[in-house]
Amino acid sequence: MGEVLITSALDGLLIDVIYGLAAMGLTLIFGVMDVINLAHGPLIAVGMFGVYLLFTFLGLNPFVALLIMAVIGLLLGFFIYFVAVNRVIDAPPLSSLLSTFSVNMMIIGVGTALLTTSSYNVEYSLGSFEFGFFRVPGARLMAALAALAVTGLLYLFMYRTRPGKYIRAVADNRSSAELMGIPSTRILALAFGIGVMLAVVAGGLIATILPINILAGGSFELKSFVIVVLGGLGNPLGALLGGLILGLIEGLVPVVMKTTWVPVIEYVLFILILLVRPQGLLGVKK
Amino acid sequence: MKRIRLPGLWITLILVIGVGVIPAINGSASLRESMFTILMSVALASSLNIILGYTGYVSFGHIVFFGVGGYLGFYAISQLGWNILPAMLVGGLSAGILAFLLGATVLRLRGAYFALATIGINEAMRALVINIPLLGGPVGMEMHFSEYKKYGGPMQALWMVYWGVLIVTVVTIIVSYYVKKSKFGLGLMAIREDEDAAEVMGVVAPRAKTWAYVLSAIFPGIIGVLFFFKNGNIEPGDAFRLQFSIELIVMVMLGGAGTVLGPVIGSGLYQQLRKALLTSPIFKNIQLAVAGFLLLLIILFIPAGAVGWLRAKSVKLRRVLE
Repeated sequence: MGEVLITSALDGLLIDVIYGLAAMGLTLIFGVMDVINLAHGPLIAVGMFGVYLLFTFLGLNPFVALLIMAVIGLLLGFFIYFVAVNRVIDAPPLSSLLSTFSVNMMIIGVGTALLTTSSYNVEYSLGSFEFGFFRVPGARLMAALAALAVTGLLYLFMYRTRPGKYIRAVADNRSSAELMGIPSTRILALAFGIGVMLAVVAGGLIATILPINILAGGSFELKSFVIVVLGGLGNPLGALLGGLILGLIEGLVPVVMKTTWVPVIEYVLFILILLVRPQGLLGVKK
Repeated sequence: MKRIRLPGLWITLILVIGVGVIPAINGSASLRESMFTILMSVALASSLNIILGYTGYVSFGHIVFFGVGGYLGFYAISQLGWNILPAMLVGGLSAGILAFLLGATVLRLRGAYFALATIGINEAMRALVINIPLLGGPVGMEMHFSEYKKYGGPMQALWMVYWGVLIVTVVTIIVSYYVKKSKFGLGLMAIREDEDAAEVMGVVAPRAKTWAYVLSAIFPGIIGVLFFFKNGNIEPGDAFRLQFSIELIVMVMLGGAGTVLGPVIGSGLYQQLRKALLTSPIFKNIQLAVAGFLLLLIILFIPAGAVGWLRAKSVKLRRVLE
């Protein structure tokens, strides 16, 4: 019994890291430009299918495909920023919510037409690793490690490079950053691009371990919202913590009650946190 | 000639009623069905407009009131054998009470936080209903066909529901108009422009927002009962469909948020467009993408919506259109 519990907890934990990565993209964009990217879910799906198509038709290793998709995600993010976000960046929140939602509709519309909503699988297995008495599927471990690596790189980028510092400066105070000579539009586009790239990479990682379909991004988007609010909107490190909390809920609640109660608890917690601690569990009051 | 009083209200009402009675004149069932969808959207979008357009609070989960009202009303009809009128009352009241309870808490949040919370409420409610065996759990409830016999058979029942939805729509528009013209509405619009300034000027913002939310919730509650009565069954996925909630925002934006006529025009246009795309051989498969593209164009270039744009164009129109 104990072994089963540990194994499933560990299993869950590995996926949570990927949830956290997806949520990080959402929270980065919000933190820098106060835009809630409602195209987040479909962009996760873009990552899933990018990896699927590169793997199935070009026979690329999924992790090589992931690198290609990361670059495509970044470029896609620039494109979406300049087409849909840049014009409404200073408008009331409704405008950017709707413009990113329109991107959502376009991606889902084209995706459904091309791929239908049926389920696909990346036939990729790495066997499984044994640690003492419990086993972990290899693909899951690799995906989680990759997600941690991306998180680490993001931190190095944000805190050790000049563009990363620019992003933080723009997030802090855009007009002051402009006075210091930072090209804010380009930096906003870069931040949006990185946010999209994180969503796409998370999607690609999910594709290596779970069956995918074009609408699957939607449920990860909702999870991302919960995670982001738990950790504090605009706080990437909080996203990782939020992912772990969500994973704990998903792992432990089914032990005491029916699985169908998990989303109820998640969403109630989500609303409560918004009401009581809108800055998130880690955040400090502004 | 004497000047017509309240032109903005009459133009809207004549438009809705005029189009609304067409199915009765030619007696076509298919026309009635598509008009039902349009009228339902008009009522839902107009009620959303009270909180979204007048008060400036972006609710992504407006459909939760439609779902909750629909569920309780449907339960009363299908399990307790109630007549539809008291069931509609239950639907409207329950949605209103829910909005009142939520209003006291969630409406404290502003901007994006409020929008996120409304998504959470809708999803929480959907997940909760799935766990209530009394309401049918994940599969929902069905209504026995004989239920329609009380109203003189299915044909009569469907027409009755149609007139019901037309009446609710007309009432929604009248309420929407008088809210906009009242001192209460002025307070709401002051909140939309600057909540803190409005409070300084003597608007009791929490109270005003809560009542606006309650008003905007009652109508979806009633419409939900009518819709699911016509449908004959109800399930969590249909009752709390987030997608529909967002489509309602699109309708309000398309016509013009904060205007009385806007949501009417917007819903009509959106539903017609959707139907046209769905039935066209070229766009059938990518209708969602085309709709998304149009939405993007509107937001980027005509953010005030059709009616807002017309009002900005000419002073004469501004007097007539509300």
